[in-house]
Amino acid sequence: MAGREPIEAHEYDVVVIGAGGAGLRAAIEAAEQGARTALVCKSLLGKAHTVMAEGGAAAALGNVWPEDTWEVHFRDTMRGGKLLNNWKMAEIFAKEAPDRILELEEWGAVFDRTKDGLISQRDFGGHRYARLAHVADRTGLEIIRTLQYKLITLPVDVFMECTVTRLYTDGGRIAGAFGYRRDTGAFLVFAAKAVVLATGGFGKVWKYTSMSWESTGDGIALALDAGADLLDVEMVQFHPTGMIWPPGTRGILVTESVRGDGGVLRNTSGERFMFNYIPEFFKQETADTEAEADRWYEDKHHRRPPELLPRDEVTRAIFAEVKAGRGSPHGGVFLDIATRRSAEYIKRRLPSMHHQFMELAGVDITKDPMEVYPTCHYSMGGVRVDAETQETTVPGLFAAGELAAGLHGANRLGGNSLTDILVFGRRAGLYAAKLAQATTGTTALSTAQIDDAAAELLAPFAGGGGENPYTIQSELQETMQDHVGIYRDEAGMRDGLRRIEALQARARRVKVEGAREYNPGWHATRDLYSMLTVAEAVTRAAIERTETRGGHSRTDHPKADPGWGAVNLVVRKRDGAITLERAPIPSMPPALSALLEVK
Amino acid sequence: MGAGELVRLRVWRGTRDGGEFKDYEVTATEGMVVLDALREAQAAQAPDLAIRWNCKAGKCGSCSAEINGRPRLTCMTRLEELPDEGPVTVAPMKTFPVIKDLVTDVSWNYEKAREIPPFAPGPKPPDGRRRMYQDDVERIQEFRKCIECFLCQDVCHVIRDHADNKPAFSGPRFLIHLANLDMHPWDTVDRTAFIKKQAGIGFCNITKCCTDVCPESIRLTDNAIIPLKERVVSQYYDPLLWLWRKLTGKAPKSTQ
Repeated sequence: MAGREPIEAHEYDVVVIGAGGAGLRAAIEAAEQGARTALVCKSLLGKAHTVMAEGGAAAALGNVWPEDTWEVHFRDTMRGGKLLNNWKMAEIFAKEAPDRILELEEWGAVFDRTKDGLISQRDFGGHRYARLAHVADRTGLEIIRTLQYKLITLPVDVFMECTVTRLYTDGGRIAGAFGYRRDTGAFLVFAAKAVVLATGGFGKVWKYTSMSWESTGDGIALALDAGADLLDVEMVQFHPTGMIWPPGTRGILVTESVRGDGGVLRNTSGERFMFNYIPEFFKQETADTEAEADRWYEDKHHRRPPELLPRDEVTRAIFAEVKAGRGSPHGGVFLDIATRRSAEYIKRRLPSMHHQFMELAGVDITKDPMEVYPTCHYSMGGVRVDAETQETTVPGLFAAGELAAGLHGANRLGGNSLTDILVFGRRAGLYAAKLAQATTGTTALSTAQIDDAAAELLAPFAGGGGENPYTIQSELQETMQDHVGIYRDEAGMRDGLRRIEALQARARRVKVEGAREYNPGWHATRDLYSMLTVAEAVTRAAIERTETRGGHSRTDHPKADPGWGAVNLVVRKRDGAITLERAPIPSMPPALSALLEVK
Repeated sequence: MGAGELVRLRVWRGTRDGGEFKDYEVTATEGMVVLDALREAQAAQAPDLAIRWNCKAGKCGSCSAEINGRPRLTCMTRLEELPDEGPVTVAPMKTFPVIKDLVTDVSWNYEKAREIPPFAPGPKPPDGRRRMYQDDVERIQEFRKCIECFLCQDVCHVIRDHADNKPAFSGPRFLIHLANLDMHPWDTVDRTAFIKKQAGIGFCNITKCCTDVCPESIRLTDNAIIPLKERVVSQYYDPLLWLWRKLTGKAPKSTQ
């Protein structure tokens, strides 16, 4: 580089990274607390992965079933998570969820209504009562748009299409961030008193995923490199129903609302096979005949249909059914709502699904069944946070939303994510602003730090190895799909880890062509760094946890192990190497544990 | 174009300083969409080809472009529905300045969004539980389906052919946003003057091009723009209301 290029520098109280629901809610809260706030995001505002959430946001509003309370929501969330959850987070979550949903209405959200004019609530897997506030099957869009239009009424500076590549600490606490503008390729530095990470999940590390391109785990890699602890990253949710045909659609989500609204899963001979897969843990609360299951939709005194077991259970069942040779023509199973509900009802309740299958697959779901197979959907694990404040183990660094660990334990219930981002996005913004208020001044990054970060970013332009970033990315996705997928075993994962390490070596020889202006090949090299970091962390943690629980299923350890049920698995990066440690789960106060009994 | 056939893509490559169409060939697979084909070309032949996309499921509205001259989402346009003969031409949206290749600078839309007087509900009822009924919200739920792909903005000749109209016109996207706010049962703000002046609704001569390209099938013209035009007409061109405004200095919020 001839001379030093000028660098755009900013100083804020709070810098929020990521503009999905959690980041938007955090930025809104920080700004309302009076903090000078910036919001930095990889895409345009309003395009983040939250738009893809379909079914709804779970909150015990009690509008449809007055029996529903925070206690029941707490219980369902903990049991769905196989008790690996941070119970304090689950308690806060269940208690605050209704306020966060009602608040959206004050900001202009328009949910579907009950006959009494209140927010309607729909059934979903693992929830005792109809609990999900929804807008047809486009609830995520409604939430992100509401937050986006609330945000622009506040003095928040938005940095669209910017990628953060490094976080900086000073004396152990957060000091700022370095990144670049994707459109011009110019560098950016932020000095900040507090940073909130809200970059979402990392589903793009797998080949078949419901996630958008952005979900490359950037925040996980940033946090790990900044010295923060991760927790339970082996817990990855494969949603039971993704599209499977035609090939280009494979992985696109088919909302759980299809089952919540009466759809059932069938194998190639038309059998509702889920009745054969009811686990002991959920036997008491699950219907064992079709007649009882069908009555539940109208009368919650009956037991829930097995199609609405928590997602991990349904995913394992579909996997087993296909493996046993009872699958559909393209290697999935059938999801049938056409024979169960009227065309008018399906189009009103599931318009996006109707449109999606019609446009992309030429299937009319009011007439024919859908073909589905599990797709990578959500990461329960992530950055370890304090339940109240969402602060990570690095002072001044906060995390919220899918990126953060704890609330969902080993498996997330459908509908809990949209509420999670609201409850804990707000808390992260609130406590980041409070911390900023108590902090005097910021520390500017040194020239040496900036030069180092810039040189690292530009290295691929001069790369001599000639490796193609897109090729490495797709090989990584294949590796994770084959070796650390729905079912895992030690030998396969060890093989996977060797492949990941080889890909890491190749990624260091990656070559980028063209200029810095809006260069996706260059952007891909950054995504690749995050993805390889996450892949290694997940694989090492998955090898370590020798049991089957929630989003972590092992053929060589097919049962849950009570010993493992008592610990969270901590991942750290020290001197460039991943380390693992078991952290005992604190015991639950009797008042909370009493709520877990089946009622 | 069926699976296994070679697809010829003719993609506009360039920057704000100019550019040209370049051809790429990819092999079609069953159900392939234009975005899949572009990404194939990007991965193997043109690593720096700039495309903006996120969800690849028609929900985020990022991948807008002009396919064979028509504004569309590249992720929802199947190759099979395009004519067999000739290449598939993909160009950036014409109404917005090019950044690079298929990526345009859509920041004008975000500026327009900030100008709009935000939602402001009245006080809560005594029991603290606000109510609205499905029949009352269904029409604004249609407008709230908008994924902000900006294809309606792209096709609208008011700004497509006359960039100098941009400061005085908000475009169909924000007219439906205004209709959404205006028809919300709890909202208390009168935006009629804004709709007339800053949003420039008078520019629209209801050619319905916006409705025609909307990937969400929102009936922008019939359900949002025409009712807003009627609102403006009744408040500004009704002689009795004109007199009322002159005498009192304010406009009553119309009933719906």
